[in-house]
Parts: sequence; structure tokens; C-alpha cells
Amino acid sequence: MKHNDNNSAIRLRRVSKSFGEQVVLNGVDLEVTRGETVTVLGRSGTGKSVMLKLIIGLKRADAGHIELNGEEITSMPLEELNRVRKTVGFLFQGAALYDSLNIEENVAFPLRRHTTLNDRERRERVRELLARVGMEREGAKMPAELSGGMKKRVGLARALALDPEIMLLDEPTAGLDPITASEINELIREMQQERKITSIVVTHDMRSVKSVADRVAMLNDGNIVIEGSIDDLKKSNDEFVSRFIEESGEVH
Amino acid sequence: MKMKLWSQNGGDAGAISVAGRATGWQKPAATERKRESTGALLIGVMQWLGELAEFCGRVVKAAVTRPFEFKELVRQMDEIGAKSLPLVALAGAAIGVVLSLHTRDSLIRFGARSMLPALIVLSIVKESGPIITALVVSGRVGAGIGAELGSMKVTEQIDAIEASAVNPYKFLAATRVAACMFMLPLLTIVADFCGIVAGWLTNAMAEPMPFKLFLNYGLAQADFADLLPATFKTVVFGFIIGVIGCFQGMRATGGTEGVGRASKSAVMLASLFVILADVVLVRLIITFFPS
Repeated sequence: MKHNDNNSAIRLRRVSKSFGEQVVLNGVDLEVTRGETVTVLGRSGTGKSVMLKLIIGLKRADAGHIELNGEEITSMPLEELNRVRKTVGFLFQGAALYDSLNIEENVAFPLRRHTTLNDRERRERVRELLARVGMEREGAKMPAELSGGMKKRVGLARALALDPEIMLLDEPTAGLDPITASEINELIREMQQERKITSIVVTHDMRSVKSVADRVAMLNDGNIVIEGSIDDLKKSNDEFVSRFIEESGEVH
Repeated sequence: MKMKLWSQNGGDAGAISVAGRATGWQKPAATERKRESTGALLIGVMQWLGELAEFCGRVVKAAVTRPFEFKELVRQMDEIGAKSLPLVALAGAAIGVVLSLHTRDSLIRFGARSMLPALIVLSIVKESGPIITALVVSGRVGAGIGAELGSMKVTEQIDAIEASAVNPYKFLAATRVAACMFMLPLLTIVADFCGIVAGWLTNAMAEPMPFKLFLNYGLAQADFADLLPATFKTVVFGFIIGVIGCFQGMRATGGTEGVGRASKSAVMLASLFVILADVVLVRLIITFFPS
């Protein structure tokens, strides 16, 4: 069912999700327009990653509607959902590279299954993607041989393999030193500018927000408490928002 | 979580029973608690079996629909089959030696020494070879699959496969289950052969006899009904080992501790179900393939 009547690439309406007694999301509304990058901020355990997994259908929402490019995905059968998933790139928090495959095979994984590229073309595409993230010399290595930052780069290359229209990035700079984190942020920014990809970046890193976000949404107690620019957040009178901004080292 | 739930229920039951003793119409606390814990255990087992049946359905459906993951299947056949070969061969040989040592004295005592080759060959081919192979593989492969998939689950690699629009039941589970089903009969033939050779060697130390003659005596008593069904029943063992390993791995939760639990439970449950299935299969083979 396609309702492509506006410019929204991702739309969440009254989305709720609970695990047993614990309510993680409680009627979340969020809209991301095409080409826009929204960062979702919030404390650990507030359901930011769950929200991303709901958007790509890895978890099913208890209530509410989720639309990707105008298509309602919450009630979609798996075959249809897989068609939509091919238009979405997902960078997992720990990169989630496949341990049994080397770096080239990791990046080639979606290409091998969803494209008609022959071996030579696929190798060329993988090389191109790895070069884009500065990992062209590491193709033969196994994931266990890479540092955290390198894994994130390869994860980014794999997420970009199918030229996605939408990118979902779960804590892209978590656990990285400031220099590597800044490099990853720069890479994300460049890719957004080059490809005009719609993105949601889940993070609690304010440097990441400043570097990549067009708009910020803050999640607390299962709801988005504020949405706007980083300046709007700084001006907010909401106690939680003010405290979050202060504790993260940002000043009014 | 379940322990906490059980303990909470147990506490409530105890309180009711104390009141019950006062009024004289409630069951004693211990009986009530026992009944509740038995009930919870039964519900847990039924739930596990239901989820396992659903998992089997998904794996079978994934296995028979295109596209097929041939490259991964070959990799798993090497991992599960070729790399289990030395262990299976050694276990088969050990069984041959033990059988020969144990039965020789008994047969001599009953004046049936000439039956030794037949006894060794038949007991290895009909039962010892298949079951020892299945148990060795369920130990090595069941633990391996449980730990590998458990680790993939807790590090979100399975989510990443799904997010790439690839069916993890096809790529991860169907390939491993199919590899187990293909390789178990082949490994069983190796275990049988090693067991027979080791049995002959052990016997030959006490009573020299050419291998060809030993084999002729052994196989003289055997026919189709002894050899093929016993070897091919291991396809079922392979299915059990593969499915339980994948199922326990893919539902692992709770970090590295969860991976350890998945691995241990995969071995334990696969071994248990192999033994139970063997009882049923032996009965069926006797019924449908009488000697």
C-alpha cells in the first residue's frame, strides 16, 4: 500500500513497543523528509535502537504505523518487507560484520544476493566501496583483525552496497576515540552530501549531532520530548533536555 | 527470570496453604508448590516444543525455496563432515576394539568363536556405528553450531543478515541442517569401516585371520535390511543435530553467558533426542525391514 503523497521518507505514527511489562516506546511520532538527516538523542536504554529496528522490521511494533517512502511496513508480509529492506542501509552499533567472512566478502554479501553483477563487476564494486571508506587495503582481513573504527567503516561500506535511499545508523561513533569518531562523522556527512540519503542517526554523542544532523529529536520515557535544531535544544526549558545538553558538555 | 517467577508463585502458594491449614480446606504448601513447579515445567517444555516445531517448519520452507545457498552448503559440509572425520574414525575404531575384546571371551565360553566376525560387523553396522557417530557429531557439531549462531545472535549478525533482506533461516539454518543430513551417513560409513578394521586387528592379535575372510564371515550373516536402513537412519540424526543446534543458537540471549548456555543446551538436547529417535527408528526398522 503506497501513499506517496508527500515528501516524507520515514514516518512513524503513534508507534508503541513493550517488552513484557517494560514500555520502551509509547506512541512515538517522527517524520523525516527526503534527504534529511535526523539524529535521535536519548539516554541509554530509552529505545533508540529499538526504534531503528522497528523501522526496518527487525522487530514488530505493538501499535502504530511506520511508513518508508510511503509504504506501510508494519503489516507487510516478509517478501514485501525484504523488497523495502533493499532500499535501506543499516549500520549496527557493533558493526555486526559476519565473523566467518573476510572484509571483501562482508561487503559483497548483499551484492551477491540482490544484484546480477558478475564476479569481476562485484569485485570492482566492493573495491570501490572499501576505497570510499578508506579500507581498500584491508579487504582480505577477517573482522577479528580490525579495530572498532575500522569495523564501523566496513559496516558503513556494507550498508551502502545496494545504494540505499535511507540509512539507519545506530551509534556510529560509540566506543571510538575522538579522532576516529570525528573521521566517521565526516564520512557520514560526505556520503549524505554525495548521495542525498535520508538518514536517522541514533547517538548520544553531541559532536556527532553537530557534525551530521539537520534536525534533532530527543527520546525520553518512550516519547520524543523535543524536536528541532541543536539551537532549539539548547534553548529548551525542559529539565531533561537542559540536563542532557549540560552533561554532554554543551553550553547555552 | 523464570526462577524469579517460580519463586514468587511458590511464595504465594505457601501463604495460601498456611491459611488453608487454618481453615482445613487447602492443600499443604509443599504439595501446592510441587504442583505449580511441575505445571510450569510442563508449560515450558510444551512451549519449547511448539517453538521448535515452528522453527523446523521455517527451516524446511527456506530449504526448498529458491535461491539455494550452495556455496554456504559446501562450506558447512566441509566444516561439519570433513572436520569431524578424524574424531568419528577414532571413535569407530575404539568401539571395534572394545567389542572385539569383550565378546571374544564370551563367545569362546559358549563355543561360538566362529560367530565373532558376524557379531562385530553386525553390532557395529546396525547400532554402534550410527549411534556413536551421531553422539560424537552432536558433541562436536551441536556445540559448534550452538556457539557460532548464539554468538552471531548476541552480536546482531543475524539481525544484519535479516536487515540485508536475506532469510537467516535459509542462509544459516537450512545450510547447516542439510549439511548435517548429508554428512551423517557418510561419517557413519567411515565409523563402521574403522570399527570393523579395528575389531579385525584386535581379533587377529589373538587369532590371525585375513581381513577378507573376516569380512566374508561377518557379512555372510548380513543383508540389505541390516546395512542400509541402519546407515540411512542417521539422516534423521543429522536433522535433529542440525535443527537443535541452530534453534538453540538462534534464540540465545544475554551476551557471552547466553552463548555458553546455547552451546551446552544444544549438545545436551541433541544427544538426548538422538537417543530417543534411535529407539523409535530401531522399532520402525525392525517392523518395516525384518531380517
